[in-house]
Amino acid sequence: MDGDICATDTATTPPDSDPARKRRVHGMLKLYYGLNEEGKTVDQAESMNPCDINGTHFDPEVYLNKLRRECSLGELMDQESCMVKQIRSLDSDMQTLVYENYNKFISATDTIRKMKNDFKKMEDEMDCLSTNMAAITEFSAHISGTLQDQHAQITKLSGVHTLLRKLQFLFELPARLNKCLELQAYSQAVSSHRRARCVLQQYSHMPSFRGIQDDCHAIMDKLAQELRQKFRDGGSSAEDLSECVELLLQLDEPAEELCDKFLSHAQSRLEANLRGLEAETDILEFIDRGCNEFVSSLCLVIASYQELFVNRPQEGNLASKDIPHMAIGKLHAFVDALATCYFSLVERRIQEEKSVGDNSLLVRALDRFHRRLQAVAKLLPGSAVPSQGTEIVVRAARERIKQYLAALQSFYLDSLRDVRQALAAPRLATGKDAPASLPELLSSLSASILNQIKSVLASVHLFTAKDITFSNKPYFKGEFCSQGVRESLVVNFIKFVCQSSRQFCESAGDRGGSTPPALLLLLSRLCLDYETSTITYILTLTDEQFLVQHHSPVTAVAALCGEARGAAQKLLNHYVKVQGLIISQMLRKSVETRDWVNTIEPRNVRAVMKRVVEDTTSIDVQVGLLYEEGVRKAHSSDSSKRTFSVYSGSRQQTRYAPSYAPSAPMDTNLLSNIHKLFSERIDIFSPVEFNKVSVLTGIIKISLKTFLECVRLRTFGRYGLQQIQVDCNYLQMYLWRFVSDENLVHFLLDEIVGSTAHRCLDPAPMEQSVIEVICERG
Amino acid sequence: MEDDAPVIYGLEFQARALTSQTAESDAIRFLVGTQSLKFDNQIHIIDFDDENNIISKSVLLHQAGEIWHISASPADKAVLSTCYNKTSESRVVTCGAVWSMPPEWESGSHESPDDPHNSHNPQNLELLCHLDNSAHGNASSVLWEPMGDGKRVISLADNHALLWDLTESSTQATISSSATLEGKGQLKFTSGKWSPHHNCTQLATANDTAIRGWDLRTMSQIYCIENAHGQLVRDLDFNPNKQYYLASCGDDCKVKFWDVRNINEPVKSLEEHSHWVWSVRYNHSHDQLVLTGSSDSRVILSNMVSISSEPFGHLVDDDDLSDGEDNHQDEKSKEPLQDSIISTYEEHEDSVYAVEWSSADPWLFASLSYDGRLVINRVPRALKYHILL
Repeated sequence: MDGDICATDTATTPPDSDPARKRRVHGMLKLYYGLNEEGKTVDQAESMNPCDINGTHFDPEVYLNKLRRECSLGELMDQESCMVKQIRSLDSDMQTLVYENYNKFISATDTIRKMKNDFKKMEDEMDCLSTNMAAITEFSAHISGTLQDQHAQITKLSGVHTLLRKLQFLFELPARLNKCLELQAYSQAVSSHRRARCVLQQYSHMPSFRGIQDDCHAIMDKLAQELRQKFRDGGSSAEDLSECVELLLQLDEPAEELCDKFLSHAQSRLEANLRGLEAETDILEFIDRGCNEFVSSLCLVIASYQELFVNRPQEGNLASKDIPHMAIGKLHAFVDALATCYFSLVERRIQEEKSVGDNSLLVRALDRFHRRLQAVAKLLPGSAVPSQGTEIVVRAARERIKQYLAALQSFYLDSLRDVRQALAAPRLATGKDAPASLPELLSSLSASILNQIKSVLASVHLFTAKDITFSNKPYFKGEFCSQGVRESLVVNFIKFVCQSSRQFCESAGDRGGSTPPALLLLLSRLCLDYETSTITYILTLTDEQFLVQHHSPVTAVAALCGEARGAAQKLLNHYVKVQGLIISQMLRKSVETRDWVNTIEPRNVRAVMKRVVEDTTSIDVQVGLLYEEGVRKAHSSDSSKRTFSVYSGSRQQTRYAPSYAPSAPMDTNLLSNIHKLFSERIDIFSPVEFNKVSVLTGIIKISLKTFLECVRLRTFGRYGLQQIQVDCNYLQMYLWRFVSDENLVHFLLDEIVGSTAHRCLDPAPMEQSVIEVICERG
Repeated sequence: MEDDAPVIYGLEFQARALTSQTAESDAIRFLVGTQSLKFDNQIHIIDFDDENNIISKSVLLHQAGEIWHISASPADKAVLSTCYNKTSESRVVTCGAVWSMPPEWESGSHESPDDPHNSHNPQNLELLCHLDNSAHGNASSVLWEPMGDGKRVISLADNHALLWDLTESSTQATISSSATLEGKGQLKFTSGKWSPHHNCTQLATANDTAIRGWDLRTMSQIYCIENAHGQLVRDLDFNPNKQYYLASCGDDCKVKFWDVRNINEPVKSLEEHSHWVWSVRYNHSHDQLVLTGSSDSRVILSNMVSISSEPFGHLVDDDDLSDGEDNHQDEKSKEPLQDSIISTYEEHEDSVYAVEWSSADPWLFASLSYDGRLVINRVPRALKYHILL
């Protein structure tokens, strides 16, 4: 209780703290009037304490009791004096407040009274104002009623004025247009005319307007003429041109005609560009110029054209809706026509590109050509030009492959010619050394062909390089590799090699000597090598380099190998035939030209037989250079003697004996036939195997069979028979070593001597010992 | 249908000359001339009985010398000509002569096949006339005018072609005209053929690798196929039905067919033999059948339909088609026909120098090898019916 009081005391005691005091007073007043709910709530919170002296629920009894119980006397005394002091100050406050408020009431009453008087006066003035306003309203109505007529007139007049202004514009229009024309302010003229056009059109039934309209038309025609002229003149810039076109379009020039003109104008320029392309420069330069001049201006034309006609904002009154459609159509036709010209030029130029030396130039040129056309493709999406361009590239590539094939073929033929010369030349110079170089010739020939194929493949490979734009076209990915490079180039070349080799057999077949036999032998070995390894190697190389994906069926390696083997076989057969023929001819001449009935007793082996043995030996050496030895049947160490004994020994006796006994001529045939019955039939011109022995056997078979047939056509005297005996013995001595089966030689020589004996008028065979002496002496 | 086995007949001597008896159109008859330097040469007249497959032979002696070529008169069965070697004073000369068979050979001297050496001596040929040409060198062949009256023959002697007229029953021969082959070296006709076409006014000859055509009216050359074969040309034959077609064969193992209007290229070329081809013969009726004989001891029968006169098979008139069977056959014949080798005959053991079709039976032919073996063969039946029907 004390604390509270003290607190309030301390709060209230300082009289100098004015605002706080004032508020307290104010608050208490409020409290007094019960105005402030805030104060109430506060009070309610506090007033619960009945001992609060400021609270509403203050109970003096409780308070006093409390004080009496709790406080000492001194304290009570202090409390009492404090209380008295407080009551006194409260009374004085109360008095001040009452006084102040009284003054305020007095002044308020005065103010209210004064206001009462003023309002009275104001009412009077308001009445006066309303009467005046009524008078003004009446007056105003009166005035407006009088001014009505004049207002209408003025409106009409101002309408006439504007009309007149327009008419003046119209009348002045021709002059103005003329002036514009003079000043070349075409756009102004056009806009002026546009403004007047409808009016003139509307009033054209009136003569005067008609006149103006005609004048305007004339002028505008002139203007259009001039525009067209300008349009037609080549010199004007693209911007000028587009302005011209814009204006002309506004002048209702038919868009179609404009398009045509624009295009024809562009065409003349582009054609000039095309004419400028000269074919003499090299291909890269040519394509460059073509791209820079023709293609880029073409692109420009396309762009500006599209700007003018295709992409222009649709102005309803100007353009019918299908202008862009029509314009695009025209553009396509135009571009196609020009591109066709250009392409034909390019193609002609590419066709002139015949030298196969450096392919990179052509590929680069084609690449550039193709790349630049892509710009056209972007500008003109639906155009066929880029695809045509690609086609040209494809055609060029195809053509290129053909050229490379031709080049390879001619290279091959040239190499063959070189080989031929090499075969011929040393023979002239150093005689028999010529065959020594056969293996070298073969290896150098096959190596140079292989190198050439590789370089060609490398050149062709440029077409599929990654940085070349057209290399990712489907053609270059698929068909070019498989059909083009593999089939047309490589396979065809291999086939060509085989075929040209075969042709050596065909053409030379009839007359023999035109192809040197050594060349036949060499080619046969070449073809055989191709069969065993080279073809596989080349094709694998090609497949690896070009990653050939075989969509379409391709020639199998086996088929090519088969062809090569066939060619090799044919060449070798032909070689045997030719060599056999050469020896046959010698033998035949020697038999046919001699008078065998009247010949002298043999002293020597005939020179021709020595020649036969020499030639056979040299053939043996020649073949041995290129082909392996081959298998031969085992023979005894003294083959030559053993066989010889067949002639002189029992067999000869049995064969010849019947001829001395005229009574039994049948026996000869019987014995001969029995003999033949047990020997195998001999095919003379039969295929040989790829080895030396087989080749030599073939040649000797042919030679001896010829010998036999020739002998049968002649008639012999005694010495004729003996000479043949000597010759055959000599052949026997030397030829057995060359053949696979010496019995073959025995048999044929046997037949020859037998037939000679039959054809002999006086068959008295020579003693074997004498024959041997003669042969050994020879 | 099984084909009949070939019939083989052996001669005692070696032989090169074979001909069919041209004037005989009923019996199948071949004439073979032998070659023997030591014995009397013979001419074997070989009759073949087609039904019984039996050969019967008669032998006539040809004492003048070994026979290199023989041909029969187209008009008279009994007349034939030979080229033979005559050896005198260590000189060998080839002569030509026309002979007549003795009239009684057919009746008297028939021998049974199992007794080849009959007791009585065979009869001699009777000489009609020599084609005496000592001035012109050795005769290589004598050609009768085809389908003629047996009055004109041509003999080829070295480089001369001599046209003879036979008069007074062929006992007189006079040279009516002659042609000579001029050129470098020793030219020699190896064979020749008298063309049955153009009224028998043309002759074809072979020398070395060339084939020449001659006009007999003027005895001048009308064409020359240089290098017709790679080597020697051995024989010629005219297509009996196509006047410009000619077959040739030679040492290059080839048989070539020529259209003489275009001599640059052969129409067709066959290379079936493995050695020289010595003889080529067209079948007289069906010219697609071509027979060749070679020193590889083989005889080859080829069916050259594409260049024959019946390239589309036998054309049957519609009227002839009476029953369904014929129709069926007709369809068959319209199948595309291809050139082919019909058959290779390997009955010979030695070189075959002569082949000949029978003049009586178009489906039958004979071949002769050097060892004296004569083989008579038939065209396979299947093919025969294919051609006929």
